[in-house]
Amino acid sequence: MDRPLLKVTGLMKRFGALVATDNLSLDLKDGEIHALIGPNGAGKSTLVAQLAGELRSDSGRVEFEGADVTALTPPERVALGMVRSFQITSVFREFTALANVALAVQARQGHSFRFWRNARTDPALAEPARRYLEQVGLGDRADWPTARLSYGEQRQLEIAMALATNPKLLLLDEPLAGMGREDGAVIVELLSSLRGKHTMLLIEHDMDAVFSLADRISVLVYGRAIATGTPDAIRRDPDVQRAYLGEEAHAGEFFNA
Amino acid sequence: MTDMTTMTGPPALRAPSARLWAVALLAIALLALPPAAKALGEPFYISLVSRVLVFALAAMSLDLILGYGGLVCFGHAMFMGVGAYVVGILAHHGAEETLLFGLLPGTDSGWIAWPLAMLCAGLLALAVGYVSLRTKGIYFIMITLAFAQMAYFFFVSLRAYGGDDGLSLAARSTFSDLVSLRDKTSFYYVALGVLIAVGLLLWRVTNSRFGMVLQGAKANERRMAHIGFPVFRYRLVAFTLAGAIAGLAGALLANQANFVSPAMMHWTRSGEIIVMVILGGMGSLVGPVVGAFVFLLLEEVLSGWTEHWQAVFGPMLLLVVIYARQGLYGLLPAREGK
Amino acid sequence: MSAMLIAEQTLNGLQLGTMLFLMAAGLTLVFGIMNLINLAHGSLYMLGAYFAATLFRLTGSFLLAGAGAFVGVLALGMLLELAVLRRFYARDHLDQVLATFGLILFFNEMARIVWGPQAVFMPLPEALEGTVTLIPGAPYPLYRLVTIGVGMAVAVALYLLISRTRAGMLIRAGASNRTMVEALGVNIRVLYTAVFGLGAALAALAGTMAGPLLSVQVGMGDSVLILTLVVIVIGGIGSIRGAFIAALMVGLSDTFGRMLLPAAVSEMTIYILMAAILYWRPQGLFSAHD
Repeated sequence: MDRPLLKVTGLMKRFGALVATDNLSLDLKDGEIHALIGPNGAGKSTLVAQLAGELRSDSGRVEFEGADVTALTPPERVALGMVRSFQITSVFREFTALANVALAVQARQGHSFRFWRNARTDPALAEPARRYLEQVGLGDRADWPTARLSYGEQRQLEIAMALATNPKLLLLDEPLAGMGREDGAVIVELLSSLRGKHTMLLIEHDMDAVFSLADRISVLVYGRAIATGTPDAIRRDPDVQRAYLGEEAHAGEFFNA
Repeated sequence: MTDMTTMTGPPALRAPSARLWAVALLAIALLALPPAAKALGEPFYISLVSRVLVFALAAMSLDLILGYGGLVCFGHAMFMGVGAYVVGILAHHGAEETLLFGLLPGTDSGWIAWPLAMLCAGLLALAVGYVSLRTKGIYFIMITLAFAQMAYFFFVSLRAYGGDDGLSLAARSTFSDLVSLRDKTSFYYVALGVLIAVGLLLWRVTNSRFGMVLQGAKANERRMAHIGFPVFRYRLVAFTLAGAIAGLAGALLANQANFVSPAMMHWTRSGEIIVMVILGGMGSLVGPVVGAFVFLLLEEVLSGWTEHWQAVFGPMLLLVVIYARQGLYGLLPAREGK
Repeated sequence: MSAMLIAEQTLNGLQLGTMLFLMAAGLTLVFGIMNLINLAHGSLYMLGAYFAATLFRLTGSFLLAGAGAFVGVLALGMLLELAVLRRFYARDHLDQVLATFGLILFFNEMARIVWGPQAVFMPLPEALEGTVTLIPGAPYPLYRLVTIGVGMAVAVALYLLISRTRAGMLIRAGASNRTMVEALGVNIRVLYTAVFGLGAALAALAGTMAGPLLSVQVGMGDSVLILTLVVIVIGGIGSIRGAFIAALMVGLSDTFGRMLLPAAVSEMTIYILMAAILYWRPQGLFSAHD
């Protein structure tokens, strides 16, 4: 299909005098893993909030599968297949891992105005939930309360919950945030296994992960996308190198990656 | 509190928890109270515990939205008061043989008055909820409190129904000669029956898919939106249901007290119902029942010792909030896996 | 409806408004900076009135009575903060509401034990008896004018404190970033106690001035509390400017509402005002960043 799955045109967002998103345009092809990188303060978090429907844009359009979704609320976008995961883990801490995913499954299935049947023991919810947990590698942690899961496992749970809503597009907001090398590798492998099945917009700082996963990369600086292309093209792009020169660590990763 | 395990073994093989024992004992004690009280020559206790049962019903309905839903509603007494007034006003018109709004005949039939009390309270809850549930936190508390005050002043202004002084109940609700609520013991068992029936209903509701949405919204509202739940409509339904049940409690209260007055819906009464839920243990349905017992019995006992019992009760409440926040029933360990 | 009546009611509305501002300033600061809902704020107002009434009877000097009440409740407030309330900063609002609800019960009952259930009479100070004719043909009580003046003076003083002094800067900083202020070597706990004490003292001042106008009795704080909560919700929690404007709005609406509307509805005026504002601006009129 030629039509991009997600088409962002001229998105703007101001906070007083600060322009967080500056006439940003972006296309996502169906099935690709598209990474979004940029120095701190580039406006990545703001963009995710706008795409997820949490933050209203001042102007611009967001089209998903050809339909204008700019004014839709987060639940409405999820129903269409646009789902985000959170940079700061946002799960249901008092529930078990299974209960967390089961809620997402329930959201997808609908029928939530049921008042009689016990949802805790409903196999229609528990079975799919277990499958998603297995898929992310938490199969044996299903009955653990979330508070007992390690930080890395909670990040895996985040992804399981997003998957359980049966998304077409995953907006992954720094899935590797705060992860060490080993835990991070688990997540990278997991995301790699999803390639082709779900389109992904991956916001990340970890350059190793970005360059190993991404089909295309866009670079965000001061709220605009200054370059979009394959990982190799981006690596060689002089504008991008200039943008990163202030951030020595990243520049180093760039040249060495 | 929540476990999503499918049953891992036949229930009989798992040892009943402390909580289950507590519920069983409570049920037996409640069923046996009237004959026991009469045998001991203290029929007063039947009236006292009847009152507790009525408030236990109101507290249980509040637990649905507060304990399971996380909504701190300071207007719950308003729904109770409206239910009470429906019964009172209908009985008044029935006895005077005048027409309500010039249209409707009064009645003392419980078959009509009680469902109507629930309907009116429920509709009010729907309206209040529609406006209030858009707000969060302290704003939600304030706006529900504001509505409660408005209702209070509205009923104070109804001169025709006693205004500030209230209205005596012209006649207790009748149920086609099936039961006479004038008899203390009959009323007691009706109240107990209603409490148990509603308790079972709420138990199913809180464990259902609907209940899961409520609890998820309490735990992490933002995440619920991002997995696809438009939380507002579920909360509105829960709020309406809780209001309707509180209206039923109000109908019972009117009969128990033989009286309705605006004081029943003052914001401090809403505060007292919240205290009952917390004292007993919120988010458990049984906790609020325990809380209603503790609160009203404590009030009874303390005011027997000193007229300044609130000087003792205030600090006690403070201590409970600091040290025993999960409430009395909440102190009991639950089933393993929770 | 004469111009004189309108003028008189406007002054009455301002008088109620400035008194509500004294209450609201403390409550909104405490809420905005320490994230604490303190329902017992009305009790501090009541105790201020009681202290002032008692001291006035003992000394015959209104100024001494006012000063004594101010200092007394300031001390009591700080003690309350240190002993009880500071452990609630990290707790959720429901816990704070319940705990301070318990405090209301306690203080009301203690007042009843110490001063009895009957209202205590507090006369107008001699120097402030009589009327002033600002508008020809419409004499207005001098005392009420003075209370308006005091309220306005406090508003100006607070504004200067918050925006021009180092202490005020710390207060504003503490509201937005507590950890940072601590890292700068400021003892944040002392700041909190001071802020709470200030709020309590302002409530006592309001109570002192209300003493001769209303009856000093148990439970007088409860109705004022509700009005104050309405003010800070309308004004926006944490904003002094919002508290000022909202207090005047509420004072004027309530006064004119009672004059113009039938009895049942007039009671509801301020709640309808609040509901309308919350519907349009769910966070209140102003944000905490003043």
